[in-house]
Amino acid sequence: MAHAVELKNITKRFGHVVANDKVDLYVDNGVIMSLLGENGSGKTTLMNMLAGIYYPDEGQIFVNGKEVSIRSPKDAYENGIGMIHQHFKLIDVFTAAQNVALGIEDGKYDLKKVAAGVKEISDKYGFGIDPNKKIYEMSVSEKQTVEIIKVLYRGANILILDEPTAVLTPQETSKLFTILKAMREDGKAIILITHKLNEVMEVSDVVAVLRKGQHIRTVRTAETDPQQLTEMMVGRAVTLNIDRMDPVNPKPRLTVAGLTCTDSEGVSKLEDVGFIAYGGEILGIAGIAGSGQKELLEAIAGLRHISSGSIIYTPEGKNPQELVGKTPMEIKDAGVALAFVPEDRLGMGLVGGMGMTENMMLRTWNKGRGIFVNRKEPEKVAEQVYEFLEVVTPSIDYPVRKLSGGNVQKVLVGREIASSPSVLMSAYAVRGLDINTSYIIYNLMEGQKAKGVAVIFVGEDLDVLLQLADRILVLCDGKVSGIVDARTTTKEEVGLLMTQVGGAAGKGAK
Amino acid sequence: MNEKTPLIRLAKREDMKKSRIWLIRLAAFAAAILIGMIIFAIAGANPIKAYGTMIASSLGKKSGVRQVIKNAVPLLGVGLALAPCFRMRYWNIGGEGQITMGAMAASYFALFWYDKMPSALLLLIMAVAAMAFGALWAFIPAVFKARWGTNETLFTLMMNYIAIGIVAWLQGGPWEGKPGSQIIPMFDAKAVLPKVMGVHCGWILVLLLVGFMFVYMNYTKHGYEIAVLGESENTARYAGMNVRKVTVRTAMLSGAICGLVGYMVASGVNQTLYADVAGGVGFTAITVCWLSQLNPFAMIVISLLLAVLSKGASGLQTALSIPASISDIITGVILLCMLGCEFFINYKLIFRHKEAAGKEAA
Repeated sequence: MAHAVELKNITKRFGHVVANDKVDLYVDNGVIMSLLGENGSGKTTLMNMLAGIYYPDEGQIFVNGKEVSIRSPKDAYENGIGMIHQHFKLIDVFTAAQNVALGIEDGKYDLKKVAAGVKEISDKYGFGIDPNKKIYEMSVSEKQTVEIIKVLYRGANILILDEPTAVLTPQETSKLFTILKAMREDGKAIILITHKLNEVMEVSDVVAVLRKGQHIRTVRTAETDPQQLTEMMVGRAVTLNIDRMDPVNPKPRLTVAGLTCTDSEGVSKLEDVGFIAYGGEILGIAGIAGSGQKELLEAIAGLRHISSGSIIYTPEGKNPQELVGKTPMEIKDAGVALAFVPEDRLGMGLVGGMGMTENMMLRTWNKGRGIFVNRKEPEKVAEQVYEFLEVVTPSIDYPVRKLSGGNVQKVLVGREIASSPSVLMSAYAVRGLDINTSYIIYNLMEGQKAKGVAVIFVGEDLDVLLQLADRILVLCDGKVSGIVDARTTTKEEVGLLMTQVGGAAGKGAK
Repeated sequence: MNEKTPLIRLAKREDMKKSRIWLIRLAAFAAAILIGMIIFAIAGANPIKAYGTMIASSLGKKSGVRQVIKNAVPLLGVGLALAPCFRMRYWNIGGEGQITMGAMAASYFALFWYDKMPSALLLLIMAVAAMAFGALWAFIPAVFKARWGTNETLFTLMMNYIAIGIVAWLQGGPWEGKPGSQIIPMFDAKAVLPKVMGVHCGWILVLLLVGFMFVYMNYTKHGYEIAVLGESENTARYAGMNVRKVTVRTAMLSGAICGLVGYMVASGVNQTLYADVAGGVGFTAITVCWLSQLNPFAMIVISLLLAVLSKGASGLQTALSIPASISDIITGVILLCMLGCEFFINYKLIFRHKEAAGKEAA
């Protein structure tokens, strides 16, 4: 039998960068394949060529044994290929059925028919989606389900999911995997783009590993293990552990109490948040995306209006001081540093069009008298960060936008550490980084802890938080749902706290 | 590759060499001149002769050169004024209004205070008043933008019509010279900018402004704030910058320089005030600003080029009786080619057959 989809000799270049280099790959019906690779290894690019978003420079694509040319997403649908992107492409004010109906050109707009179809698919696989529910009333996992229904409704036989679990809680993830398995039983070919090894092991039948745009090998999941997969992904043996030491002489550094914030539209973002961050300790912060992590760090850094509450900061050997009411500049100067990596990496903390020197200047531009900026100091810091963190850049004046993601993050984190803070807040510091660079960053955090800095680390990967942090604060809907000891807790416990305020103590208190 | 490969595809280019970039720009300019020739031919003129006339009438004689400089001064001035706004991604298209208000404020002193003080003091007060009113006209939309997030593009544009309307009303009403003439009287000689080398001394002022703007944008704290804010408001806040203050301050600086230009035009060139004192400079200067990619020194070249084109056009009309609007078309073609060539600097086209040939060769 012919393969559901087969890629032969696919090459795609962006300028001088070869994103995919002569990739040969196939998937059969009734198989879940994981496409594994580090960020920048060309996974998404490869799949975008199947989805009609990019067109390959070289090579052929076969669907059910027939050569096809996919020039647009419409071509992809006609060939039974559907892709669920990382960022949902749904219209909030429409219902599930209306979103599914969008873009279908079969003559007339028959919402009843579409709704019935959606219901049918939903029942068949156990999605439990109400076709008439509006998108804005849905949870993230429901929205994702609508995306899946959208491609199924169009008769997709080959489903591609781009990092589908990034936005889900552990519980939602296992539900998604049940659905994927049901679709596999139904004979669909499923490609799962991911870089999380445990997911690969849990759900897939075969694993295809990409590295630097090349297809390294495809192996049966049952015949491999995470260590071997990692080596294939990275290209050499790696040791993945964090040397977590016990907190060093912990003293309260930051005491937050009753912190409440609303955004400019009056929507509550943080409610009665309280915790203590100790010097010489890493406090991990977990929560579903958008549970108030960003707002909490911004509030401490003075970037957000605080409705009520207090943030008492006790620097080493000095008297406690209240941070609420101080300007971002004053808070920074007092020793509270924030390294926030937003989704687009730049846009907060770094200026893409500027070089390293000018980016270091973001911290010092206002220092010194007179109307001119001082370039000498930031230049020195840039040199230090460049050497110490081995930033790969043609020169320290080269626009950071053109650096790779890992190097951009090194610049950002390096600058904050260079200011020798006594509180270091970092959010998504390893977002999109390869494994090795991620561990460099984790160890930097560890090093700061050893120096007695209070590290507050917002992370997306629960496995990492459990290994890195001393304690984990879980946010849910802007409230603290629990603070647990990272050494004794389990992923399941944290997962439950992420969806329930009060957690084990007061279930259903949402 | 099968036959269904798209005929032409686009691919992003990596960094191109500086020399090649300039070669492409030069080629674009040459292409524009060639297209211009075709347009002249269609209009029934000898293209070579037409270009010759344009150059001769603008650069061939002293009076022509003076006229060119006179036209270039406001373009350069307003181009400089807009540069910090555009660097900040604040789309000030209210240059017209800011020029007009500046001219109006200067004219008030020129018309009603000329007999109460010496010329130098009068000219100084006129300049200060012009800058204050230009800044005020820019302040209004900026403060709305900073406080309530209104759209500065529409707001500054609307402010233009209000400013022009106010002067039109003055012209026909309170400041009207002879009743019914709809004209404001000419300024007293004391209120006219002195000439240096045959052109009002505004040209020295704008050249000084070039240096000022270059230093301001590249070496000062203000310039740094503007650049950071232009890239990302969040980063600016993160770095502890006062976003509202920077927005309003930069817009006011821009307005003040526009106002100063209005003063130069009213006092140095027209020696009176009328509603059309800005005459489209506020818009043309946007082109100056973009073509020179916000580089103050490049603005000197671009504003001169545009001034040569417009002076050449009037030469064409008198010498060859080709309508001056033809030159507007040529100017448009040049701008289109110059801005269009940036596309080829950023992207390359891949043709189907070329690719197949390349594969065979390999």
